Amino acid sequence: MKHAFLDHHSGVDSSIHHLDARAKIIVFVSLILVGVSSQPSSFLLFGLLALALISIALIAKLPLGHLAKKIVVILPFLLLVSLSIPFMKKETLGGGYNLGLGGLSVSQSGLWILWNVIVKSCLGVFSMILLSSTTSFPELIKGLERLRTPRIFTILLSFMYRYSFILIDEIHRMKRARDSRSFGGKWLWHSKVIGHMVGWLFLRSFRRGERIYLAMLSRGYQGTMPETAVGRFGRGELIFLLLVPVFVFFRVCLG
Amino acid sequence: MKPRKVIEIQHLSYHYPDGTAALKEIDLEVWDHESIAVLGPNGAGKSTLLYHLNGTLMGDGNVTILGLPVEKKTLKEIRRRVGLVFQNPEDQLFCPTVFDDVAFGPLNMGLKMESVQQEVKRALARVGLEGFEGRSAHHLSEGEKKRVALATVLSMNSEILVFDEPTDNLDPAGSRLLVEQIQSIPQTKVIVTHHLAVAADLCKRAILLREGRKVEDLTMESLLRNGALLVESGFDPDFAQWVCERKKTSGRLCT
Repeated sequence: MKHAFLDHHSGVDSSIHHLDARAKIIVFVSLILVGVSSQPSSFLLFGLLALALISIALIAKLPLGHLAKKIVVILPFLLLVSLSIPFMKKETLGGGYNLGLGGLSVSQSGLWILWNVIVKSCLGVFSMILLSSTTSFPELIKGLERLRTPRIFTILLSFMYRYSFILIDEIHRMKRARDSRSFGGKWLWHSKVIGHMVGWLFLRSFRRGERIYLAMLSRGYQGTMPETAVGRFGRGELIFLLLVPVFVFFRVCLG
Repeated sequence: MKPRKVIEIQHLSYHYPDGTAALKEIDLEVWDHESIAVLGPNGAGKSTLLYHLNGTLMGDGNVTILGLPVEKKTLKEIRRRVGLVFQNPEDQLFCPTVFDDVAFGPLNMGLKMESVQQEVKRALARVGLEGFEGRSAHHLSEGEKKRVALATVLSMNSEILVFDEPTDNLDPAGSRLLVEQIQSIPQTKVIVTHHLAVAADLCKRAILLREGRKVEDLTMESLLRNGALLVESGFDPDFAQWVCERKKTSGRLCT
């Protein structure tokens, strides 16, 4: 059975990994806010942000190539934005291209918007990847809990984390069972089978949910999940948190 | 001194919501520190009987645990006294980490965090999984999952432990390890199983269920020696003979 990990590299031994999850959540979310709220033309600020993030990745002993590969997830979104650019307001012409059916022109404001989206989404996703690669998912949930995230939200997250893998395993098993008994057939027939599989998956999950609830009741569950989060906020965390005022300062000065 | 009666069931019947009778007029008494095997074919009502022991299901008739009747208002106390180990550890382990799962029961019982940490440590040591606190259940082997599931009830210090198919899905080595660990638990145990060898290793007394009725209540030894009864119950008498011989050499059951 293949093991799925949501949090690759979160078990690496480094000073960043050892920090309290709360500090990391605060810092990375703040860095995203700083990046998103700045002007598209504040190149220096973007450079400094990128530098900070890459340094954190290096200190955390994370392979940069792996991180770069993960950033690829934003490509579809970028493509969508770039497709819409020719249809934006054309104040100043930024350039044009000819597709044979008549020329399409690209406005300068459109290009600025594209750049804005590219740089901010890259930095934002990079921050989130760093957060998830330096913090295991359970720790992340506990960090959110201690930052006063509503309990219902963290409980949902923890159940999702625990059972999404089991659901994926179940899907794989059903697919294997289907493939070992299906020998071609019409498209319509296949879609019917997939419909049945989705139905079965729902029923199985529903039953599992009931059994889990029984298991919870058997161990004294009375409607509230006990809190187990314990954390320490030491010197390391405080130093790491200094990144926040520093970048807020940069944001104010550099726009 | 007469041993204490820890479980007393009188005229227990249970119908599923669709009207199917799952248990019919069951009477049962279990004494302190006894280990009792519940045997029977699929659909005989074994698991349904187990669910009555901690009030997860409540049928018609009386169930008394350590002198306390199982009712809505006694449920909290009943569940503290009866620890239930589910057949599928995926249902029993619903938290993001092993620690959270083992701590779930004690925390629901209102224990302080320091003593909960001690209980978790002790329970994990009992099942030979020291240092597994931070692991995620998804990344454990089947045998480890079963042992963590056992630890989740050991941490509650229940006086009665109830097992539903404890060695299900385990390889022979894993099964043997788990049987040894269950053997070393001094509490009163009720064990549902299909495996005659497991039942013989763990229990001196057995009850046989068939179609919701208790048809036999006898010592393990007399069951293993009663060829006609074994055949009638779907067991292999030759295998029972082998189990008996094996026990004779280890000197624990048949003399």
